[in-house]
Amino acid sequence: MKLKSWKELNPGAVITDAGNAKEFKTGSWRSFKPVWIEENCIQCLFCWLYCPDMAIKVKDGKRAEFDYDFCKGCGICALECPGKKGNKAIIMVEEGK
Amino acid sequence: MAKVAAVTGNEAVANALRQVNPDVCAAYPITPQTEMMQRFASFVSDGKVKTELILVESEHSAMSSCVGASAAGGRVITATSSQGLALMWEILFIASGTRLPIVMPVVNRALSAPLNIHGDHSDAMGARDTGWIQLWSENAQEAYDNTVQAFRIAEHMDIRLPVMICMDGFIISHSISRIEYLEDEEVRNFVGEFRQLNPLLNIEHPVSYGPLILQDYYMEYRKAQDEVASKVSRIAMEVANDFANLSGRKYGLFETYRLDDAEIGIIILNSAAGTSKDVIDEFRGKGIKAGLLKPRLFRPFPYKEIGEALKHLKAVCVLDRADAFGGSFGPVFLDIATSLYPFQNKPVLINKIYGLGGRDYLPDHAASVLNELIQIAETGTVKRYKEYIGVRE
Repeated sequence: MKLKSWKELNPGAVITDAGNAKEFKTGSWRSFKPVWIEENCIQCLFCWLYCPDMAIKVKDGKRAEFDYDFCKGCGICALECPGKKGNKAIIMVEEGK
Repeated sequence: MAKVAAVTGNEAVANALRQVNPDVCAAYPITPQTEMMQRFASFVSDGKVKTELILVESEHSAMSSCVGASAAGGRVITATSSQGLALMWEILFIASGTRLPIVMPVVNRALSAPLNIHGDHSDAMGARDTGWIQLWSENAQEAYDNTVQAFRIAEHMDIRLPVMICMDGFIISHSISRIEYLEDEEVRNFVGEFRQLNPLLNIEHPVSYGPLILQDYYMEYRKAQDEVASKVSRIAMEVANDFANLSGRKYGLFETYRLDDAEIGIIILNSAAGTSKDVIDEFRGKGIKAGLLKPRLFRPFPYKEIGEALKHLKAVCVLDRADAFGGSFGPVFLDIATSLYPFQNKPVLINKIYGLGGRDYLPDHAASVLNELIQIAETGTVKRYKEYIGVRE
């Protein structure tokens, strides 16, 4: 996103476009990245329910990939994931490794 | 037609606020402002205004409520003094940074400690760099007139900044003097309908106030605010010209008194300017070319215009009714010195601190300052650049 000059700003930093938080991608804040292991997924959608940032995509009622543009790597999904037979369907991996 | 009355400064300003009939007032009592908001509260109770009066538990809450009501889209007022203004300090920056056109009379009073309720300028000087516009008033008439004009300046679409109207505690707020009121309808027409800018209560167009602005944008917002400040002088003069057409009373960015051909001069704010003018007349009677400059728009400070008005003088004394502690000079002196800095030929400047905590400023004080300036103008030598006057050794 091209940064605006001081001449283009709204007075008093008022945000006049509703819902524009989606333009501010927060994925770069992440130091740990959740990784989905599909074979261990029972499609309970707990991860979708618990994610505080709507970073779990759902397609046709089924769990899809993470939205890494917004996932901050909080790890709640990995913690809540019941997995299958003791094997988690979401694990946290350090970024850059 | 103008209505002439004998009223206190507080009553005069309360009536200006009644005539404007703002949407919201959030206020907390503090001496010497109390009478003003008490009278305004009576106007609310008596149905003279349609204002929503919010009685809050502190000045921090008063200013916070004003910020919320102004962002919501209302014309908003409050008033305070001294410790109350100090308690608002955090929110003053939020009001100006959010560009909310709140109007606030400040009845100037000393700051504690030691505790003191009387008139000096420490309170408003402590808030001079908060991004608020400041209009200073010599007497009740000027306080009334500045209050009416403040709404037009604050709410101008090129400005949208909050305004303080300063007047001396007790000396003006509680003394009865003659003032000319405008008709209610004249004031209503002069200030006009309040125009909203991105109101929070417009649910058709939801907006957010107060976002977190980090390293990538904070400085751009500050630059934008500085740029707005540079437009205030022009707008303040446009409003003053319209006001002169309405009332016959002319205002500038500052007032000059017998200054054009003066060799020595006094710079002084608010009520003490009146006393000084009398003494300048006496000195003029003796053939001494003395003059005076009284700032009105103190923030943003009209550096260029004031520098031009003073540069021809030989010796100038800036009298401050507040001190800037830290081994420095009084706040007005600092700005006057800055305004003269660009000029090759400029007057010798000295600084006197007077009238703290309501200590009387007497004609003798002005006379002794002028006599010292005569000496400096003749010899070019200064004994002390900064000195307290009217103080016991």
